[in-house]
Amino acid sequence: MANWQKKISDNYMVWNFCIPVAGPFAFLLFWWCATHLLSDSTPMAAYFMPEKAWQAALHAFDSGVLVGHTIDSLRRVFVGLLLALGVGIPIGLLVGSSRIFDRASNLFFQLLRMISPLSWMPLAVIILGIGDAPVYFLLGFAGVWPIILSVASGVAAIDPKWLNLAKSMAASKTEVLFHIIFPGIMDHILTGARLAVGVIWIVLVPAEMLGVQAGLGYFILDARDRMEYGDLVLTILYIGVLGAIIDYFARWLRQKWQAKYSNL
Amino acid sequence: MLKAIGRVVLCKTVENSTSDSIQTGPVLQAVDVSLCYPGSREYVFNNVNLEIREQEVVALLGESGCGKTSLLNIVGGLFSPTSGSVAFYGKKIHSTPAKIAIVFQDACLLPWLTVAANVAFALRLKSLRVPADERKQRVQVALREVGLEDAADKYPAQLSGGMAQRTALARTLARQAELILLDEPFSSLDAITRKSMQELLLGIIHTHKSSALIVTHDIDEALIIADRLLLMTKEAGGANIADWDLGKILGNTREGEFGEAKRHRRSTAFMDLREEISSRLAQGARGAALTNSCGL
Repeated sequence: MANWQKKISDNYMVWNFCIPVAGPFAFLLFWWCATHLLSDSTPMAAYFMPEKAWQAALHAFDSGVLVGHTIDSLRRVFVGLLLALGVGIPIGLLVGSSRIFDRASNLFFQLLRMISPLSWMPLAVIILGIGDAPVYFLLGFAGVWPIILSVASGVAAIDPKWLNLAKSMAASKTEVLFHIIFPGIMDHILTGARLAVGVIWIVLVPAEMLGVQAGLGYFILDARDRMEYGDLVLTILYIGVLGAIIDYFARWLRQKWQAKYSNL
Repeated sequence: MLKAIGRVVLCKTVENSTSDSIQTGPVLQAVDVSLCYPGSREYVFNNVNLEIREQEVVALLGESGCGKTSLLNIVGGLFSPTSGSVAFYGKKIHSTPAKIAIVFQDACLLPWLTVAANVAFALRLKSLRVPADERKQRVQVALREVGLEDAADKYPAQLSGGMAQRTALARTLARQAELILLDEPFSSLDAITRKSMQELLLGIIHTHKSSALIVTHDIDEALIIADRLLLMTKEAGGANIADWDLGKILGNTREGEFGEAKRHRRSTAFMDLREEISSRLAQGARGAALTNSCGL
């Protein structure tokens, strides 16, 4: 490593606070330059300047307009994740423990997995009506695949010694499930849940653009219709920041689990 | 002194036993047990008979790969034999009874539970269902016996190999099993730790008056801790088991202090027997090598 690189990585303040914000700062600079340069030739660009987004942010902070939409969106993510876990864990257990079920379901699941959840929207609305229900369905459908895959690989990776131990203690099937298998695959469940939250968060915004009257996805379309482009850009950035925080939290949760129980 | 045994085996009750313990029925009895691995027509062992009497420590010695671990798993009810049967206090078993505890080669602790919770694990299961206050007390006593009362709240990832194996032993103790089956429990430990663990095990078996079957490939371990030694050697078409009553030949480990027993067991009889068993083992290995080459 070159000398100057080492100097940077040794300085605590620089390494932990200055370097990580360099990327966002560069993006901000690029954004500012691009919109200002384009504003002469394309008048529309003026609406998307960082200053506009900043004004919108001050206004949103003042009025608290985003709070309600955020709560709606987070509620949908939470319900979607619960649905995905509720369906994904039992199916994952089945796939991981039965070779026949694994083979029988594999092709079908691969096929289902490749269908964009949004393509079910018309069907979901016809069956479940307008409102939150079709959104929950889409989010659950989007999030269930990473959970099935993680749980199945977790079950397959369970140490056979633990099963033998339980057998030697005359444990019943239910006891093996709750005292050996569940804790044994917890790490995989947390990994699956983290991936699922990522997918759900991405599907959430387009899903909220259809048939609901609140939420961050709805707010983007609403801002477009009101021609409040500052709000629009602000919401896009806000979704990114919130998603990163959620992902960070999910990763932190898993690391906590690992640090405590890892058998390495 | 030595009872030489034929192909189809042994373990007859020692007649005119010098010990004045009352001869009761065997704790565990395996009758004509045979094992073939699925898809193979060759026997791992054939028509093995074996019994463990009350308060007896039996060592099953043999080279690796002769099927001793499989025999222990069958005797413990973890697998079913291809033919033959195993009875625990005269009752045929099809799965592990709650009164039999097995200690595996690996400590096999559950990484998400603390030491105390690992020890309590079996006590929470339906097969034993020990009430909470008694469970707490049994765990405390077991941890004290293996000298781990200060490590109760640690997780397995924080333990050394010796401490992990002590925890496994405490887990077995807390169950208050009548028969303890041990599968090379100390083979992964260093020599010094192994020695203290052997002493600990003997002390525990002594105080709890339980019976034990210990599978090992270490002659000294077998000679030091067992009342009876079974030597399993591989032969064409199966395995052969020879039987020595160490209590008679070398003196009983249970009588008097453990230190005294150890002194007894450093006699010339000990060395002679060790020599004899080593040569039998070597012969067995040669025999097996011969069979294998014939097979090719």
